[in-house]
Amino acid sequence: MIPQPFDVEAVRRDFPILSREIGGKPLVYLDSAATSQKPQAVIDALAAYYSGINANVHRGVHTLSQEATDAYEGARAKVRQLINASEDAEIIFTRGTTEGINLVAHSLGTQRVREGSEVVISNMEHHSNVVPWQILCEQRGARLRVVPINDDGELLMDEYEKLLGPQTALVSIVHMSNALGTINPVKDIVAMAHAHGVPVLLDGAQAAPHLPVDVRDLDCDFYAFSGHKLFGPTGIGVLYGKREWLEAMPPYQGGGEQIKSVTFEKTIYNDLPYKFEAGTPHIAGVVGLGAAIDYVNGIGLARAAAYEHELLEYGTEQLQAIEGLQLIGTAREKASVLSFVLDGIHPHDIGTVLDTQGIAIRTGHHCTQPLMQRFQIPATARASLAFYNTRAEIDALVEGIHKTFEVFS
Amino acid sequence: MSDLVELYQELVLDHNNRPRNKRSMEDASNHADGYNPLCGDQVSVFLKVEDGVIADVSFQGVGCAISQSSASMMTQNVKGKTVAEAEALFEVFHGMVTRDPGEEFDSGSLGELEALAGVCAFPNRIKCASLAWHTMAASLDGRGSEQVTTE
Repeated sequence: MIPQPFDVEAVRRDFPILSREIGGKPLVYLDSAATSQKPQAVIDALAAYYSGINANVHRGVHTLSQEATDAYEGARAKVRQLINASEDAEIIFTRGTTEGINLVAHSLGTQRVREGSEVVISNMEHHSNVVPWQILCEQRGARLRVVPINDDGELLMDEYEKLLGPQTALVSIVHMSNALGTINPVKDIVAMAHAHGVPVLLDGAQAAPHLPVDVRDLDCDFYAFSGHKLFGPTGIGVLYGKREWLEAMPPYQGGGEQIKSVTFEKTIYNDLPYKFEAGTPHIAGVVGLGAAIDYVNGIGLARAAAYEHELLEYGTEQLQAIEGLQLIGTAREKASVLSFVLDGIHPHDIGTVLDTQGIAIRTGHHCTQPLMQRFQIPATARASLAFYNTRAEIDALVEGIHKTFEVFS
Repeated sequence: MSDLVELYQELVLDHNNRPRNKRSMEDASNHADGYNPLCGDQVSVFLKVEDGVIADVSFQGVGCAISQSSASMMTQNVKGKTVAEAEALFEVFHGMVTRDPGEEFDSGSLGELEALAGVCAFPNRIKCASLAWHTMAASLDGRGSEQVTTE
């Protein structure tokens, strides 16, 4: 069978926001690493949930509650399939990647991390994979160790290996960098940590929308990601954890849903995954995330990734041809991110000029201040791609950059 | 596009390219550090106040064109003024950059600071323009030991 070419125009029609104008110019949305746009199917799923089956989940005897529960648990199964987890019970719904990391830091962290322990992260982590560990290390008298990177924005794996030892309590590393686009060799990272008996959490916020993820193949102990970067709603995320860890870990939050029985003397916690889902969950968000996964499966994540990669190569080529532009993040393995600086022009000013052309990029430190310090820059301008972007939009970006030089000449 | 020309006027770009009074001051009587966490703009302001008059003023920092040119223009415009006059000028300047676009403003005492009037059309850039001024105000009322932010 001849593979169908990727029909980006058809895909774009699924995303109503892409037809809007900004200041009289067509929107060129190059900020998907911050949040992705939503297909009509996701928007419809939210409306259908609230207009058709809204009820609280679990333990309801009435029909609506059963339907809402089926939709909620059905989405959990979709997530399990998406990342190839062994069982639904290993899928915990959170508010997002940040909450997933905090859950592990609080729960497993307080079990494993003690005075003299070390937690290993890297120089390219998002603040959400720095600060929870910093807080934990401060509380426990432990030490945060940082894997350095090279000038292309790749982890120094030799240095990583040297950091691992009997004192290492946990490793938490980003799968794909939000500021550089680097895809880290996470399978090796996991295997090396496991050789020392150390569990690994992977921050998959950026990877989940761009790469097929197989948690069993990676053999990671935890994998956290967000719905809103995966074309789903904001406020919903996923933490995958291996059953053996989740069973042994204490609850993160206490409340309804996460208990089997409560007396004032003793509480018996619920089974997985409910032990970690205290309170009424974001049911609509979960249903929307399920719709987003259906949508992505319909397109085919591998096929979309191939298209995106082609677009990234085109963009890289086009940007590198601009005199006075320097790309930040030139790893051999990277995806969907074009971070750059211009000679003599601050990224914030680039962002303003591009905005007047209808082009949405992000400028600043991208919540990776230690990474900016590593490159000795205050900020970058970052264009980030999704499968709904086009070559014409890259051309618009290039034109906008030339315009920026013009304004500042 | 016209908003863009309004924002990045020639005078603004000139101050960005050739900032005036951009230096440290060892014998400053007042000093404060300002930081805009949104975009990482940093401005340190140094003042030498003698008998209630700003005898000398300088700044150091890194940031976008708006933050750096605003700091440069500020130093030129408060030098020689009394503290009370400088604070009053901040009020007028603040009113100009935070007004609704199209709304009139009192340009009486502003002089070349009017070049930043276009900032009001870019709500997320107002903090860039006002950072140096907030920092100066903090140094004057003794908040120099804490970092000033525009948040």
